[in-house]
Amino acid sequence: MDNKTAFQKGLRDGFPIALGYFAVAFSLGFMAKKCGLGPLEGFIASFFTRASAGEYGVYSLMLQDAGYLSVVAMSLVTNLRYLLMSTALSQHFSPETTFLRRILTGCCVTDEIFGISIAYPGYLNPWYTFGAFAISSPFWASGTMCGIIAGSLLPKRAVSALSVALYGMFIAIIIPPSRKDKAVLLAVASGFLFSFLHSRFGSLLHITLSGGSITILLTLIISAAAAVLCPHPAAGEGGGTE
Amino acid sequence: MKHSVWAYILIMILTTNFIRIVPLTLIRKQIKSPFIQSFLYYVPYVTLAVMTFPAILDATQSPMAGLAALVIGIISAWAGLGLFPVSVICCISVFLLEFLL
Repeated sequence: MDNKTAFQKGLRDGFPIALGYFAVAFSLGFMAKKCGLGPLEGFIASFFTRASAGEYGVYSLMLQDAGYLSVVAMSLVTNLRYLLMSTALSQHFSPETTFLRRILTGCCVTDEIFGISIAYPGYLNPWYTFGAFAISSPFWASGTMCGIIAGSLLPKRAVSALSVALYGMFIAIIIPPSRKDKAVLLAVASGFLFSFLHSRFGSLLHITLSGGSITILLTLIISAAAAVLCPHPAAGEGGGTE
Repeated sequence: MKHSVWAYILIMILTTNFIRIVPLTLIRKQIKSPFIQSFLYYVPYVTLAVMTFPAILDATQSPMAGLAALVIGIISAWAGLGLFPVSVICCISVFLLEFLL
């Protein structure tokens, strides 16, 4: 497949992804607005980041006026899965793929774009990934921008309903692997439980960590505990994607 | 706000893209440690779980609607529906519940 055909195929396969992105980013925009982002800031931030959970986490830190170092920590933890995805993609390049194209392909990685890129038959033509990026990123960025603008225009009830779109996407990411793997189910349930306990009873025990810090801390502790108690079966055999 | 919004955004952009390209530049070999592999395997799910609950209860006007969206979302995803349908179902549940309550 030549580069032009691959790019066009990427545009086509990326279109349904783009529509879903718009809706979810719209909901992220409400959140961004609450945290003080303007439409332009939201557009730029979303266009160059394209990470729902990561952006959500960082915006919540901005609301608390947290330090810059916690922004780095939050971005690393919430986006750690991209490390795995890029590692998997790195095995999927033809040896002739240039360094620059590898780097740019890495920057395109999101859950969905990784999904279609890793499914590309044979060596990955980076132009396929670029096509999917080209169609979906503007939708993600403008969805965020529209959410920021519309947050104050839409009726409260509509905002309330649309606010859960982002959480719906999170649920749809964590539930299928929880169904397949009991260890993931346990880890996810622990995440729910401890996050709930902290939010309701943390103040009684004088644990007053901000929402962002508790996300980072609980993620590290629970994942480490799960890794010790139930090592992932594929661990040690290479691979590393789900 | 003491900190600059643009500084936050810049740090987020740089860190997020750094983590995406680091395996393509620095990590030439596969990660061998079973602990690190297992840890990396669990991290995305745990972080999303921690961020979803109980935050979803505070996202809606009535916490009950948020709880209902969580339960209905889990059931839909368990039944095999994809990202977009689950999101839409959650939104519709909240809208209808808040309309009725």
